[in-house]
Amino acid sequence: MLGTSNQILILFAHPALEKSRVNRHLIQAVRGLDSVTVHDLYEEYPDLHINVKLEQNLLLAHDIIVFHHPFYWYSSPAILKEWQDLVLQHGFAYGHEGVALRGKKFLSAITTGGSDKAYCRQGYNFFTIRELLVPFEQTARLCGMEYLPPFVVHGTHQLREQDQIARHAEDYRRAIVALRDGAIAWDKLSQVKLLNENLALIL
Amino acid sequence: MAAVVSVPIAKRLGLGSVLGYLIAGILIGPFGFGFLGQEHSDDVMHFAEFGVVMMLFLVGLELQPALLWRLRIPILGLGGLQVAVTALVIAVVGIIAGLSWPMAQAVGLILAQSSTAIVLQTLNEKGLMKTEAGQSAFSVLLFQDIAVIPILAFLPLLAMKPGSSTSLMSNGVILVATGQAAEQGAALPGWLQTLVVVGTVGSIIVVGRFLMRPIFRFIADTQLKEIFTATALLLVIAIALAMQQVGLSPALGTFVAGVVLADNEYRHELETDIDPFKGLLLGLFFISVGASIDFNLLVQQPLLILGVVLGLAIAKFTILFGLGQCFKLPLSQSILFGCALAQGGEFAFVLFSFATQNQVLPASVANPLVVAVALSMALTPLIMIIHDRLVQPRFAELTPDRDDDEIDDNENPVVIAGFGRFGQIVGRLLAANGCKATILDHNPGQIEMLRRFGFKIFYGDASRIDLLQTAGAARAKLLVVAIDERDTILEVVELARKRFPHLKILARAIDRSHAYELMRRGADGVQRETFGSALEMGMEALKLLGVRSYKARRAVLVFKEHDEAALQEMAFAGKRDETVLIARSRQLAQQLEQLLQADDQELTNEVDLAWDISALRQEKS
Repeated sequence: MLGTSNQILILFAHPALEKSRVNRHLIQAVRGLDSVTVHDLYEEYPDLHINVKLEQNLLLAHDIIVFHHPFYWYSSPAILKEWQDLVLQHGFAYGHEGVALRGKKFLSAITTGGSDKAYCRQGYNFFTIRELLVPFEQTARLCGMEYLPPFVVHGTHQLREQDQIARHAEDYRRAIVALRDGAIAWDKLSQVKLLNENLALIL
Repeated sequence: MAAVVSVPIAKRLGLGSVLGYLIAGILIGPFGFGFLGQEHSDDVMHFAEFGVVMMLFLVGLELQPALLWRLRIPILGLGGLQVAVTALVIAVVGIIAGLSWPMAQAVGLILAQSSTAIVLQTLNEKGLMKTEAGQSAFSVLLFQDIAVIPILAFLPLLAMKPGSSTSLMSNGVILVATGQAAEQGAALPGWLQTLVVVGTVGSIIVVGRFLMRPIFRFIADTQLKEIFTATALLLVIAIALAMQQVGLSPALGTFVAGVVLADNEYRHELETDIDPFKGLLLGLFFISVGASIDFNLLVQQPLLILGVVLGLAIAKFTILFGLGQCFKLPLSQSILFGCALAQGGEFAFVLFSFATQNQVLPASVANPLVVAVALSMALTPLIMIIHDRLVQPRFAELTPDRDDDEIDDNENPVVIAGFGRFGQIVGRLLAANGCKATILDHNPGQIEMLRRFGFKIFYGDASRIDLLQTAGAARAKLLVVAIDERDTILEVVELARKRFPHLKILARAIDRSHAYELMRRGADGVQRETFGSALEMGMEALKLLGVRSYKARRAVLVFKEHDEAALQEMAFAGKRDETVLIARSRQLAQQLEQLLQADDQELTNEVDLAWDISALRQEKS
């Protein structure tokens, strides 16, 4: 993998970016990076009228697909669900003929209001974040994509300090750059639950 | 003639038009080529003072009462302190130089004035009016203009012969004076004089507030541009004469009138009409200042005069700089503030001659000072150039870019041209979302009604580029052209594109071919006026035919996308080769039919493909 850079497509979905506190900084940190395409879905399709052909061509042109969004009701904002329903067509993404995404990598990059402690049997969310992300994991599997440990920023409701947010943004940038450059210890990925729980280990 | 030659040269050399006019004045004056005699230049000066009057009227127009109220602290605090401190310092210097106490006081008060005309013109030209220093300078100048009136009242009290002041003592009411008024004042009792003054100012405000709107409207209805211009001029001249009659400064009177009319919807039109006259007369004024510099005196007492000029500049700069710092201006702004106001003012000429008439000052004291003031005025543009070239660059790196938003300059980011049934919807949507727009419309009835609902709307023909300029197009981000007339829309878009390259232009298209024209003229966004509503109706039709709402909606969106792509393509196909468009438009009906037919099936397919599991079921079975 070294030497060749992966093309990364970030499908970004935030219905009210102007009110965002954390996602705004995260997306800013990866905007303009070489070989990284930030595709702002709500900006592109304010009518939720998704151009399927264009989206499929974008998928074909990239090696790593990132779903970047706040975690709403244990899922994505509406437009990303609509995107999945329309773009991941039978015969394109899955089915006998649907091999377009095979071999690509998939990453969820999400922010949650609740802290990491809320996502366990003792917490009010009961399930772990990995359990709740299973629909995404299985979607990737069905399309023949490799599911990477998700990049999760927990507890955004408590995040007040600008430097804390800046630290997460920097982590995100480092992770994306490492994915792009293939500078990741791929074999160690199975040891981590979240991509950003121990960046030093995998970079 | 001299001005025509020297002003462009001066501007090209980066000296500013004021210095150009002054040089022209020196050249044609008694000490240059002598085209203009000494007495002659006084006449010209009187005539040209009208330029200053008009300038203050325009300044007033720019200042809404609310803004003026916000500036009350700088005006009273900064302005008051500047006049008081400067007058005191100069008076002390005067005493040291051997003047008597009353004489020193008079000289101090007179020299505390700065030149409204030169400073405002220079700051405007350099685009510094909206900076903090510019606003502070303006506040001080405003206070000085107001202060002239009490100074005129006060000067006779300092007269060398006590007897002559008794008649004036009786009307020692602060507001009353000027040479003329002093003569009349003797005839009228003090209280009556005061009453006349208050009455005049009051009637300017009342007339401006309530009477001018219907009058302008009546005139605008005639659709005769010249008459509007004539009315505007008449208004300014009438106010100036009225003020002179009651003994107030005409400049102050027109300023008040300007402020009163600043809320008026005809404000931009007035500005555009008066501006050329102001420019010419102000130029004439600067020329007469140049011509009035008495080089004989300069030759006779060079050291004294140069000393006064330098001393004046240094003293004023120091005081202004100190005040700037006290009022918490940033360092660079304080320096600019000091540099801008470090000269004597045109009122000094009036005040010196008044003081000599009233025997406050002997001619031997006043004359060299007049020359010194004229010279210091001439030096101002030079000081500003030095400031621009040598001082300001040092701050360029130190001061980070400031947000323009902090400076409220009364200008909106959006200009909407045309506020009929199309523009209204755009304007209302923007207003509902807190976006401020300046609106231009030429239908007077509409304007009246809309202003009642609180829209900021002005009378004017948007196809006049100068009107767009005064409406703030140069500083706006966005121009929405929503006029009714096909050709006017094209004209405005074309002019605006050329004149304001930075501006984003959204234009209303009457139909498809109009849209092509607009796109080729560089409009950033084009909307066909009937397209959106026709699509909505098409969707209603589909629904009534039994198509489910969401499918109908998606069908509309797909159709819209295809149609707009075709529009784009055809507009620029025509640009590459004009014959293509002509050929196409000839076959329009036939081609459109083909196009729609082909699109139709493809489009339906695309809509139907979403959430379609037939392929999946086939695979499973």
